[in-house]
Amino acid sequence: MSAPNDITRWSAAQIAARVAGREVRAEEVARAHLERISGLDKEVGAFITVLEESSLAQAREVDRRIAAGEAAGRLSGVPVAIKDNMLMEGTETTCGSRILKGYRAPYDATVVGRLKAAGAVIIGKTNLDEFAMGSSTENSSFFPTRNPWALDRVPGGSSGGSAAAVAAGMAALSLGSDTGGSIRQPAALCGIVGLKPTYGLVSRYGLVAFASSLDQIGPFARTTEDAALALSVLAGHDPLDSTSAEVEPRDYLRELEGRKDLKGLRVGVPKEYFIEGMEPDAERSVREGLKTLEELGARTCEVSLPHTRFAVSTYYLIAPAEASSNLARFDGVRYGSSEARQDREANLLSVYERTRGEGFGPEVKRRIMLGTYALSSGYYDAYYGKAQRVRTLIRQDFDEAFQSVDILASPTSPSAAFRLGEKSGDPMQMYLSDIFTIPCNLAGNAGISIPCGLTSAGLPVGLQLLAPTFEEGRLFQVSRVFERARPFPVLDAR
Amino acid sequence: MSISEKDVAHIARLARLFVTPQEVKRYQEQLGKILDSMEELKSLDTSKVRPTAHVLGLADVFRADEPRRSVDPETLLAAAPEREGPYFKVRKVLE
Repeated sequence: MSAPNDITRWSAAQIAARVAGREVRAEEVARAHLERISGLDKEVGAFITVLEESSLAQAREVDRRIAAGEAAGRLSGVPVAIKDNMLMEGTETTCGSRILKGYRAPYDATVVGRLKAAGAVIIGKTNLDEFAMGSSTENSSFFPTRNPWALDRVPGGSSGGSAAAVAAGMAALSLGSDTGGSIRQPAALCGIVGLKPTYGLVSRYGLVAFASSLDQIGPFARTTEDAALALSVLAGHDPLDSTSAEVEPRDYLRELEGRKDLKGLRVGVPKEYFIEGMEPDAERSVREGLKTLEELGARTCEVSLPHTRFAVSTYYLIAPAEASSNLARFDGVRYGSSEARQDREANLLSVYERTRGEGFGPEVKRRIMLGTYALSSGYYDAYYGKAQRVRTLIRQDFDEAFQSVDILASPTSPSAAFRLGEKSGDPMQMYLSDIFTIPCNLAGNAGISIPCGLTSAGLPVGLQLLAPTFEEGRLFQVSRVFERARPFPVLDAR
Repeated sequence: MSISEKDVAHIARLARLFVTPQEVKRYQEQLGKILDSMEELKSLDTSKVRPTAHVLGLADVFRADEPRRSVDPETLLAAAPEREGPYFKVRKVLE
C-alpha cells in the first residue's frame, strides 16, 4: 500500500514546498491522506471526526490561491489533525465526552485560525482521554485509540489520537495539549516528536480548559524540522488569551540548523528520573540515546532534582482542583447534553446533578471529586495550599539545575506502550506513567520527546529533553543533531 | 487518613454530581487510596515557602477598548437545551 513516493510519508515541510512549487496539488495531498484514513482508521481509531468535505474545500482554495500567484503560506496543503478539545468553527468538538456529543464549535481556536491562515488543511478531529484526563486514550467515551506500532497496545494519552494519526501517516502534523505529559508521553509511545512549549507561548483561546495553570498546546511531527515549522506558525502573543506571553516571535525553522554537533552543550541527567521499576528495555534505549548525545560532543553530568518524587502527588491535587472549577461550566444550561431535554419538570439542582452524573465518565468524575475535596472548606490548606507550596520547590529544582546545564535529558515515560486494559483498573498505576513529564508542567518550562530507539519487541522509546522557559529553539537544535546521527525509526506502512 | 462514604456523598453534592450508592463505595476506596499516597507531601517543611499559583507571574492584562465583531448570539443560543427569546432558560431555583 505504501511506496517511497507515497504522499502520506512526506514530511510537512516537503508537502508545503511541493504544493507551493506546484509539483503537487493540495487536493491530491488531502485525498491521499483521506484515503489512508479510510483504509486504516477502522483499526487504529485515531479520529472522532474526519473532515472530508471541508478539508477538500480548504485544499482546493489553497490550490486556487497558488495558481493565482498569491503568496503561499508556510503550511500550504499540509494535512493537520486537531485534538478534539480544540474548537474549529462549525465542526463537532466533543472532548471525548458524552456531555459534549453533538456540540458544534461557534468559533475557531486561535491555533486553528493560525494553521488555516498558513494554508494548512484541517483533516479531522482526534480522539483523546475524556477532557484530556488520562495517559492511554482508553478514557474516551467513544472508543479507545490503538497504537499503530502494535494494535493491542495503547498509543499513550491523553492526545493519543493525534499521536497515532501522525505516526500512521494519516496526517503530516497534529496538535495536542499537554497538562501533565499528554503530548510528550504519546509521542514517545508512538515513535514521533512531541513538543510541550513553554507555558504561555501558544495561545489557548478555543482550547477547552482542563487545568489552566498547566495546559499548553503543542505539535506532533515525524521530524524535528516539521515540529519547528509548526511551532513557528503556532507561537505568538494572543490578545484573546490573557495568559499568553508577550514574547518576540521567533523563526524556529531558521534557527534549526544552528548547530552541526553538540560540542559545548552541557546536558544534565537527573538521577531521580532513573527509577526502580523502569522497564529495562526502555531504560537501555534511553541510556544509548544519552551516549549518542556524548558522542556528538555534549558533556553529560548527573544532576539532582530532589523534589521529583513529590511531583505526582502535587500534580494530582493541583490539576483536579483546577479541573473541578473549569468543568463546572458543563451544567446542562447553555450547551451540551442536558437533563433539561429529558425531564420537563426537574428542578435546577437535579438538572445539574443528572446532566453531569450521566455526561461525565468515571475518570473525570473521580478527578472532579478529588479536586472538589482538595478545595473544600477545612481541607484547602492541607491539600491544595500544600501542593502549591511544593510546586514552588519543584520549580526551584529546575531553576537551580539550569544554572549549571543547558538542557536536561531523561526518559519520557517509564515504559514503552502498554497493553489496552493493562493499567485501566488502577488509577494510581496509570498516574505513575506521567512521573517524568509532570514536573515540567509544574515548572512551566519547555519539553520535547524525541524517538531514541526501539525495544526488543519493536516498540518505540522516547528521550525527553527539557530546557528553560522559551528555549524551544535549543531543544529543536539538539533534536535535529541527534536525528541526523540516529535517524528516527519509521513505522513500516502496512 | 481515609475518607468516609458520607464524605464522598457530600463532595459529590458540592460538585453537583449524581452518584449511585455503588459509585459512592467505589470512589470511597479509590479516593482514599489516592489521598493516602498524597500524605507524603506532609513530610516536607513548607512553612517558609511561598505558593505558586501561576508560573508566569501574570498581573492584570488590559487591552484597548475597541469594538470588534463577536460570535453571533443566535449561534450560541442554538446550542442551548432551553431558551426563551434571546435568553438561556434556567429552571426555577426557589420553589
